[in-house]
Amino acid sequence: MATEILMPALSPTMEEGTLAKWLVKEGDSVKSGDILAEIETDKATMEFEAVDEGVIGKLLVAEGTEGVKVNTPIAIIGEAGETMAAKAPAPADEAPKAAEKAPAAAAASAPASVKVDRSPDWPDGTKMKTQTVREALRDAMAEEMRADDSVFIMGEEVAEYQGAYKITQGLLDEFGARRVIDTPITEHGFAGIGVGAAFGGLKPIVEFMTFNFAMQAIDHIINSAAKTLYMSGGQMGAPMVFRGPNGAAARVGAQHSHDYAAWYSQIPGLKVVMPYSAADAKGLLKTAIRDPNPVVFLENEILYGRSFEVPDVDDFTIPFGKAKIWREGSDVTIVSFGIGMTYALEAAEKLAAEGIEAEVIDLRTLRPLDYDTILESVKKTNRCVTVEEGFPVCSIGNHLSAYIMTHAFDYLDAPVLNCTGKDVPMPYAANLEKLALTSVAEVIEAVKTVTYR
Amino acid sequence: MPPRKTAATTAAATGKPAANVSAEDLKRYYREMLLIRRFEEKAGQLYGMGLIGGFCHLYIGQEAVVVGLEAAASEGDKRVTSYRDHGHMLACGMDPKGVMAELTGRIGGYSKGKGGSMHMFSKEKHFYGGHGIVAAQVPIGAGLAFSDKYRGNDRVTFTYFGDGAANQGQVAESYNMAQLWDLPVIFVIENNQYAMGTSVKRATKSPDFWERGVAYGIAGEAVDGMDVLAVKAAGEKAVAHCRAGKGPYILEVMTYRYRGHSMSDPAKYRTREEVQEMREKRDAIENVRQMLLTGGHASEDDLKKIDKEIKDIVNEAAEFSKESPEPDLSELWTDIYADTAPQDA
Repeated sequence: MATEILMPALSPTMEEGTLAKWLVKEGDSVKSGDILAEIETDKATMEFEAVDEGVIGKLLVAEGTEGVKVNTPIAIIGEAGETMAAKAPAPADEAPKAAEKAPAAAAASAPASVKVDRSPDWPDGTKMKTQTVREALRDAMAEEMRADDSVFIMGEEVAEYQGAYKITQGLLDEFGARRVIDTPITEHGFAGIGVGAAFGGLKPIVEFMTFNFAMQAIDHIINSAAKTLYMSGGQMGAPMVFRGPNGAAARVGAQHSHDYAAWYSQIPGLKVVMPYSAADAKGLLKTAIRDPNPVVFLENEILYGRSFEVPDVDDFTIPFGKAKIWREGSDVTIVSFGIGMTYALEAAEKLAAEGIEAEVIDLRTLRPLDYDTILESVKKTNRCVTVEEGFPVCSIGNHLSAYIMTHAFDYLDAPVLNCTGKDVPMPYAANLEKLALTSVAEVIEAVKTVTYR
Repeated sequence: MPPRKTAATTAAATGKPAANVSAEDLKRYYREMLLIRRFEEKAGQLYGMGLIGGFCHLYIGQEAVVVGLEAAASEGDKRVTSYRDHGHMLACGMDPKGVMAELTGRIGGYSKGKGGSMHMFSKEKHFYGGHGIVAAQVPIGAGLAFSDKYRGNDRVTFTYFGDGAANQGQVAESYNMAQLWDLPVIFVIENNQYAMGTSVKRATKSPDFWERGVAYGIAGEAVDGMDVLAVKAAGEKAVAHCRAGKGPYILEVMTYRYRGHSMSDPAKYRTREEVQEMREKRDAIENVRQMLLTGGHASEDDLKKIDKEIKDIVNEAAEFSKESPEPDLSELWTDIYADTAPQDA
């Protein structure tokens, strides 16, 4: 049976090409792998091979012809002895059909928004105890490891050293070396091993001594962990937690002070948590370990030693996507998260003394993000200031500003202002480091600007 | 430098049926290798017609590697590989229809059309991808092996990567931890001698990749990847090593890809003669074909019947891949999170 040989597409972007040279003539016998012609694409000259065996009947396009469209018949191939006439040029259009069905992706069902959840994190009258963030994180891991054998922790110095920042103190003694695993200093490698273990059905907690070092592993966090569920059509993903201190500590210079909140928050497929208080650190880490998705859990070295009230109960969790209002107010909304909350709360106290009542929202999770609580507050106060330590360009504050502008433009009485770290690598000198971070004074100034005081 | 052992110079087994293999097994390897070759030829054709887009890396020439190693594997063993993954999927028993429909980006594909040529998975067949970042699958493979060791079973993970990936830092990191923790992982270096357009000798002065494992205490060897029986024998040795709890094993399989790196590669970095030489003298499928014929295990007619059967399977896969519809537009928003709908930002 005679078949048409079509002008092939030889690159992802090729639409037409030059049939530079025929290497066969009519009547030649060819077999799979024989070169039929040389074809020039936009980037190279390619050899075009026969796929089937047969005899070249007719060459339909002369060599040297430019601008031959992909899928145009260029030759006829048939079995020996067969007479071959060019078929009427049928449109070789086997292009996908479903594409025309709907005008644009916008027609597809849009994702759901998170609804405002105002329920308290724990019931009134719950017995409380004072704990540091450090202890709360350790307890969260220990409780989840007791409950589920598939949870394990790996990282540098997590076992015998008891944690570089003592977050894993006591875990080796309780759970043993099978589940509390010291790694060599190879972030790229052990992050990948963690992802593989998660593919294999375990629930790894991968500790980075700091998220600065996770930059060597970011390919596995994003390309391997975050994207696989989608790329596999829902067949498999990476239920795991990447955790460790993030952002500036004190006097550790440019390479150890990076805040990655905005980076990871950009990635669909990841969940991103950045707690401030000990109760949130505990409740959110437990949720993160149970979550069937990859979670980036951003802690802060300066907060590790701070004490907070934590529910003294066997098991409590805090859901993702639920912001916490630390202070109610009617004059301005201050939105922050993680260590940014220290500036936000202190500024709010000082502003109250001057008669300005700020509502302070702690986002707690950056992905999913509790947009509704922010909008509800902004619609009440008509003003918003965001606070974070990260770089100013493409910051979380920038994103919130755009979101508020889009969804509450008519409610705003002033532009949303972002208090962020400065657009410089973190300096070492104590005075410059202080200047590079945001400050309570900056937050107060921003609030006064948006309230026209 | 001493002369480098390559697939072209290691022992070729043309026409000599090996002692420890049944005629049935030999026919099965022939069939499986032929399926991969015909499937890939068809994929190349569909790419030329614009039905497959983007990047498409064909496995033609390397068929004996996966068929030989799958012959050494048992149910429950895992495998993970790079973006040149069609052969691995067919060899572990994934449906050619589902693979081809993924290449054409249709809902009937293994990833519902959302992954493409480089990103396919099958939980059922323990195939963990299909990874587009060179060498990323190497620690992932070690991690899969970690999960089996953690659970205390005796499964092994075949972790495939190329000579290009072998130079990546994370491979060294994985070797170190795999040996440190005695992980049951077989690192399979498919040395097809070219990392895209860069030959091994232009990329390293340490071209015996398996020997790098020695630095970490990992056992390994080079094997003729154009000889499916040699690959199988080496695979069995590696599997036995891993199952016995002795930790990882490295197999450097000397092979050759006949086609370009991807569909858009004019392959000017090697001569036409070099490719022809491999195709004509060293072809793994032709070798087994000769073994079957000279050994009297199959007649020309028997083999023609197999050829026809394979052609039908491939044509059926191609038809399915054209007829299966594109994913529904709502699929844009599914499979981003395992439990919750994505947020509207």
